Amino acid sequence: MTIQTRVIFAICYLILCPFIIGLLDGFDRKISARMQGRRGPSVLQPFFDLKKLFEKEFLTANKSQLFMIRSYLCFIVLSGILFFAGFDLLLVVFSLSTAAMFLILASTSTHSPYSAQGTHRELVQIMSCEPMELLVAVGFYLAAETFNISEIIAGTASPYIMYLPGFFVGFVFILTIKFRKSPFDIATSHHAHQEVIKGVTSEMVGKEYAMVTLAEWYENGILLGIVGLFFLTNNILSVIGAVAAILVVWFLEILIDNTSARVKWQLMLKLAWGVTIVAAGMNLFLLEIIKG
Amino acid sequence: MSTIHKSPWLLHYDGSSCNGCDIEVLACTTPVYDVERFGVINTGNPMHADIFLITGGINSQNADVVKQIYEQMPQPKVVIAVGTCACTGGIFKECYNIKGGADTVIPVDIYVPGCAARPESIIDGVVKGVALFKEKAAALKASEKAN
Ligand code: SF4
Repeated sequence: MTIQTRVIFAICYLILCPFIIGLLDGFDRKISARMQGRRGPSVLQPFFDLKKLFEKEFLTANKSQLFMIRSYLCFIVLSGILFFAGFDLLLVVFSLSTAAMFLILASTSTHSPYSAQGTHRELVQIMSCEPMELLVAVGFYLAAETFNISEIIAGTASPYIMYLPGFFVGFVFILTIKFRKSPFDIATSHHAHQEVIKGVTSEMVGKEYAMVTLAEWYENGILLGIVGLFFLTNNILSVIGAVAAILVVWFLEILIDNTSARVKWQLMLKLAWGVTIVAAGMNLFLLEIIKG
Repeated sequence: MSTIHKSPWLLHYDGSSCNGCDIEVLACTTPVYDVERFGVINTGNPMHADIFLITGGINSQNADVVKQIYEQMPQPKVVIAVGTCACTGGIFKECYNIKGGADTVIPVDIYVPGCAARPESIIDGVVKGVALFKEKAAALKASEKAN
């Protein structure tokens, strides 16, 4: 990859990602509403919400919170740039976990019991997802013998899903949690839930909450990008397949969200680790055998 | 163009009610009435709320809670009192511990009468509240510019 293409990809990510993911979010709410027999809001609703949050009065219990949230957003965007400009996959995973640390710091900087409870759940969530994220990077390394994303794509004629189906299944499984869809009582679950109110974002007002939402969109862009990576090859036409796969996975997440409305975090932890160990573990084992 | 009125997030607090009005408020979010089509989200967090929807009267125990919730909501904000109890104290008005309607502790913008208030009139009240929310947002912007 030349430096120019890297810069172009990074800029495209910066500008297009919020629009695409925001729109997907809008369709998500519309489709979810239809599944529940309602009409649902306009597909542009996520953008209206975001704009309103930026226009609200800014109240904060602790000034350092805003700084933490800005850092959270910056690290997520940085990870996205590293990913879409084709740098190191392992670095992307690490930079994403650094970003998550800033979110934790932001929510613990106030002393609200709801934030504290939410932080606890967020940590459990990180604990259930992080192993799988790391294993995906390892899987790509074993299959492509490099962590470099541009080399991963350039170095194969057949999509990685052929070698890494277990990793793919495990990754799609944790996506449900990463998109904050299911379980319903995790950190900032999008569903109305009174126990943790809004978890880590309970004390974030106006523009702070808007920035967290924006960061989530950027992060979802990276996660869907990783889904695409399983289907990309050195043939340019594979992009079509990757986009189709992303849309299918995205729809699957909505379906899971609407059919497993009452899953709790305890089950999440057990299931996520179970799936990680079985799916990714088996795949790792087979990959080693094939390579001999 | 201001689109602030397209995203009114709602906080529902139940004061000293018989729960009749609360059931009707919840009915508004069901498929039959579906307030989400106006962009309404039923949030549990005052800090994310734009519209404070209160049912039931004010008694000496919940007066401080209502005041605190109101103060935690960032500007611009709108208060809607749903049901006769929230408007005046209603059937409980003469009780020894009841102060009266929601307006005895916080400024109320819109009153939705009825015992219980019907979902149609609640939605009507919310739609009026949304229009007021837009006005208040514009006023806030103008005053910020002036300063
Ligand atoms: S107005 Fe009537 S239905 Fe509503 S809370 Fe009061 S007594 Fe109950």
